[in-house]
Amino acid sequence: MSEISQEKPVYNYKVVRQFTIMTIVWGIVGMGLGAFIAAQLFAPVLNFDLPWLTFSRLRPLHTNAVIFAFGGCALFATSYYVVQRTSQVRLFSDKLAAFTFWGWQAVIVCAIITLPLGMTSTKEYAELEWPIDILIALVWIAYCINFFGTMVIRKVSHIYVANWFFGAFMLTVLVLHIGNSMAIPVSFTKSYSLYAGSVDAMMQWWYGHNAVGFFLTAGFLGMMYYFVPKQAGRPVYSYRLSIVHFWALISLYIWAGPHHLHYTALPDWTQSLGMVMSIILFVPSWGGMINGIMTLSGAWHKLRTDPVLRFLVVSLTFYGMSTFEGPMMAIKTVNALSHYTDWTIGHVHSGALGWVAMISIGSVYHLVPILFNQRSMYSVRLVNVHFWLATVGVVLYIVAMWFSGVLQGLMWRAVNADGTLTYSFVESLEASKPFYVVRFIGGCFVVAGMLVMAYNTWKTVRAPRGSIAQDLATQPA
Amino acid sequence: MSMFWTIWISVITLGTIIGCFLLLRWCLTNFAGVKEGESMGHSFDGIEEVNNPLPKWWTILFYVTIVFGLIYLVLYPGLGSYKGLWGWQSSNQNIQSLAESEQATQQAMEDGRYVEYDRELAKAAARFDPIFEAFAQTPVEQLAGNPEAVKIGRRLFLQNCSQCHGSDARGQNGGFPNLTDDDWLYGGSGAKITETLLNGRQAAMPAWRDAMGEQGIQETVAYVLSLSGRKVDQSLANSGKARFAVCAACHGADGKGNQALGAPNLTDNIWLYGGSERAVTETLNYGRNGVMPAFKDTLGEDKIHVVAAYVYSLSHQPK
Repeated sequence: MSEISQEKPVYNYKVVRQFTIMTIVWGIVGMGLGAFIAAQLFAPVLNFDLPWLTFSRLRPLHTNAVIFAFGGCALFATSYYVVQRTSQVRLFSDKLAAFTFWGWQAVIVCAIITLPLGMTSTKEYAELEWPIDILIALVWIAYCINFFGTMVIRKVSHIYVANWFFGAFMLTVLVLHIGNSMAIPVSFTKSYSLYAGSVDAMMQWWYGHNAVGFFLTAGFLGMMYYFVPKQAGRPVYSYRLSIVHFWALISLYIWAGPHHLHYTALPDWTQSLGMVMSIILFVPSWGGMINGIMTLSGAWHKLRTDPVLRFLVVSLTFYGMSTFEGPMMAIKTVNALSHYTDWTIGHVHSGALGWVAMISIGSVYHLVPILFNQRSMYSVRLVNVHFWLATVGVVLYIVAMWFSGVLQGLMWRAVNADGTLTYSFVESLEASKPFYVVRFIGGCFVVAGMLVMAYNTWKTVRAPRGSIAQDLATQPA
Repeated sequence: MSMFWTIWISVITLGTIIGCFLLLRWCLTNFAGVKEGESMGHSFDGIEEVNNPLPKWWTILFYVTIVFGLIYLVLYPGLGSYKGLWGWQSSNQNIQSLAESEQATQQAMEDGRYVEYDRELAKAAARFDPIFEAFAQTPVEQLAGNPEAVKIGRRLFLQNCSQCHGSDARGQNGGFPNLTDDDWLYGGSGAKITETLLNGRQAAMPAWRDAMGEQGIQETVAYVLSLSGRKVDQSLANSGKARFAVCAACHGADGKGNQALGAPNLTDNIWLYGGSERAVTETLNYGRNGVMPAFKDTLGEDKIHVVAAYVYSLSHQPK
């Protein structure tokens, strides 16, 4: 392409390397915590009667570690990598990049200390107290400046679609985080939300659902738009599809929050808007899946030999599944059955484990050899082992939660001939117990896969530069 | 909601949906300047983009959801203060009791509005109320011998009462009485149990720390414990006996309590807040304020009648 300058720019890979390695580390921590609290749900003795090991304190740590530590590091790593490569220019500022890395790690360490101690703002996915919130905002502003600064000095005339998604993710998360975290501090470790009552609930889910929409969807779609075509070696299927689904996705997602508050004190009109926008949102969501999967046309055979591509494609399949499931659950009639049950937990994990984790893992497997000057991972076979561990784990998890959730929903609404409820709450818990065990087993598969990944990465990083030169074709996965 | 906000909400809502529609129409045309199926001509780190048309089935799906959304917003509330053609409403937020709900349901039907929650309650009432009305004809003591009524009463108990009194109705420490032992704070007749359920109870044991002082509390505790035959320091208990005169106002001179006030019997070794020396000292020092909520407005009289029969049956074997 004509606009590209002839000399090859020297990219800042240091910050990408740092974030990539921490993606794996926090992945193990976050998912390991998840497996541990999953075990507590059928074996409460694992609380050990210690307050900081109880489900109530470790659950927010699990969600924060997986979303913001694991997912966040993956997004930082890939967005810094992609924006440099597709803009053909080094990052705007190395200092800001280093600040975002160390700042973000500080946020995570603060979370690991404060959440088990019981310091919480009690807002889901925004539990961290106000001093940490301020640090998050500072890091995020530095991140935005660095990313958009790089786009401004780009050597390519157009802005690649992956960067649209990364950009939308960063700007919106900035607004969401600051908007929702507004609070009045009463001490260094305690604050109260600036909003009250159902307004607070609405702010919380405006933030909460868009943490899903912009952090976990738009950001990872940015990742998808680079790593899928790159790994497949194919052009993006449709430029026009990427335009329509990008703009429709970001304008509709921001409305979807009220579907978390169906049949509550939220006004009816707000609930209706949340539901309507969620249903329309289904179609642009699938636009991303179609564009990713159709990018593989002409390269399907690569799936047989390339487990990294398998991760990326299966993640798109889970993305399609959970973005169908979500709008369906946003319909009030369905929500009346699904809300407050394990179905929601299953839905979230088909998104978090199936889509977010798998696309990140695939991208990290793509990145590690490049970042550490190897032609391939230490063992492609182990990548394949990880792929199957992850896939089996996710499927076990989701199916167990479907069964458990629908069972709960049906038991809670069952009534006797005299109008009394057929089951007490405890009876529905007893019915869910076997599924909790299955869910735990699924979680263990996922964690085991992450440990395999850590070993494989360790061996790749430690190997002498350029010594691993496996040809994918000669080492069938 | 003021007109300003209705317009504000409607404009951005419809603007978003119609904007999506126009965007879709635009992307259906080949504006890209290259032939369909060919590369757009830009390359990013080696990635090219093809100018493929939008999949047809996907486009149709997009139209369908947009049309669904617009129809929904015509029928249901959504656009600000606009109520929707069907006059549907999820619930009536001003309702405080069953009686008000019945009245509101009636009113809504007359006005041609559909208030989902009230409507469901009315439907349930039409179906289930006759069952409970029939039970209400039998006195509680007699109804306790009716296995069907006791079974229904137990279900209602599990849903509404077990949170405090436990699934087995044996209560728990901290002021939640055991309902199976025939020891009653406010009386165990059918009428008394019903009264407790309907209107709730509010107990008030005052704090004595300031009035009695540490020594006084110690002595009184010793005497109170001696009432149920516990081994205590006799000299302390003797001094405590004199102090017990103020307690006797509610608990009676003999310490056997007073059901009119809900003052517990102190001689039977059944303890609402624990019978250890420490727990009783705590009770005397700081007082206790046990609350039994009223269920009249949530369960209604007829259901309470059946719950009362269940509770009565717990301490009375059927004859």
